[in-house]
Amino acid sequence: MKYTEEHEWLDEADGIVTVGITAHAAEQLGDIVFVELPEVGADVAKDDEIVVIESVKAASDILAPIDGEIVEVNEAIVEDPAKVNEDPEGAAWFFKIKASDTNQMADYMDEAAYKVFIG
Amino acid sequence: MSDLNRTALYDLHLEFGAKMVPFAGWEMPVQYAAGVMKEHLHTRAAAGLFDVSHMGQVILRGAGAAEALERLVPVDVVSLPEGRQRYAMFTTDEGGIIDDLMVANKGDHLLLVVNAARAEVDLAHLREHLPEVEIEHITGRALIALQGPKAEDALAALNPAAREMRFMDVAEMELAGATCWVSRSGYTGEDGYEISVPNTMGPRLARALLENSDVHPIGLGARDSLRLEAGLCLYGSDIDETTSPIEAGLRWAIQKVRRAGGDREGGFPGAERILRELDQRPARKRVGLLPEGRAPMRAHVPLFAAEDADAPVGEITSGAFGPSIERPMSMGYLPADLAAEGTTVWGEVRGKRLPATVAALPFHTPSYKR
Repeated sequence: MKYTEEHEWLDEADGIVTVGITAHAAEQLGDIVFVELPEVGADVAKDDEIVVIESVKAASDILAPIDGEIVEVNEAIVEDPAKVNEDPEGAAWFFKIKASDTNQMADYMDEAAYKVFIG
Repeated sequence: MSDLNRTALYDLHLEFGAKMVPFAGWEMPVQYAAGVMKEHLHTRAAAGLFDVSHMGQVILRGAGAAEALERLVPVDVVSLPEGRQRYAMFTTDEGGIIDDLMVANKGDHLLLVVNAARAEVDLAHLREHLPEVEIEHITGRALIALQGPKAEDALAALNPAAREMRFMDVAEMELAGATCWVSRSGYTGEDGYEISVPNTMGPRLARALLENSDVHPIGLGARDSLRLEAGLCLYGSDIDETTSPIEAGLRWAIQKVRRAGGDREGGFPGAERILRELDQRPARKRVGLLPEGRAPMRAHVPLFAAEDADAPVGEITSGAFGPSIERPMSMGYLPADLAAEGTTVWGEVRGKRLPATVAALPFHTPSYKR
């Protein structure tokens, strides 16, 4: 598992990376009321704004952590955004991306480093 | 955040796990561990306790105080009975709104409660225009709101006199050993009270109320979603110096005696525009809006009459997700001819035009004890 400074977790298997937000991020955001996910099939570049998350009070973006093609999105969290607060690191994953270059993940933090990062 | 003011309940907020944020120059709790959604729902189901000590409390003393105040507000203050409170607004010469406030007749004085962000402006305005009135800014008292269906039981446990009050009554009563000034009113659309207590006694009163398992501490985040569901204006967002009380849908607050033909017609700033708009409809109106999808439409989202229209015709002034109605909700201004309930307009959110329907306010029906 890898973690970005924007509090996303990345779980890679066979070139497909599942992405979500960490429990820390979900707690900081507060109650999530709206999620907008990218289109399946979309080609995205690292740092593109591809997900919108809205809490009761404010909107946030999630940036694409790597270049690639969106191969699946989690409709369950669109239907019930509260799931993101309930299980952010499990059932409430956001999207799966087919990585153009898995080496892009090398710069991200491992779990120990992320724990230090969030203090 | 060390240059911010702290209320008498600051330590208590930290003890209860509050997330503190700057608000109008004060360090205030935006939420506690429960979070905005749960705090909102709890208030409607039971009772919420809010620290609103950042708001300004001002006393006007002197025999002519009510008459004098009428020079600044389009409201009947003179015949406000002792022991009663009324909603009012300071108006500008152009008929806009300087601030909205509550005015209470406490017998030998009037008690005003004004918005935190406008307290300094309001005091200067009062001092400039009411030189003959004794004006005291009360800084030694905290203000606690207790709101929800269980508020009466919770306050009556401290003093049974709380049960005798009806909506918009004001009274003095002993609560947790302190002499408190209490109104039966609030900003949530629920039955409840606002309680002014000396700073030194504030924490003790708050703790006494919080000992009741029905009463939870509630932050400013939920205060905003509660008031928006109740269709209540937020100064600086839904009303400001450019909005007249009539555009803002507040004509109900202007009693007949201050309108054209009344005994004390006009005589407040902006009377020309306000009386004219009372007679002919204003060009624009504040409306409720329900986005048709799930995406909230927040303040400053431009509104269009048609999906592909070039120029916006209005704007959202407040928007959030309504936990009790389980959907996004907004308020904004539209031209009068687009303001009818059921009209579809289009808000531009992140570059996309999304439909919203003009809806009656409030979104959630109030339950005041009248």
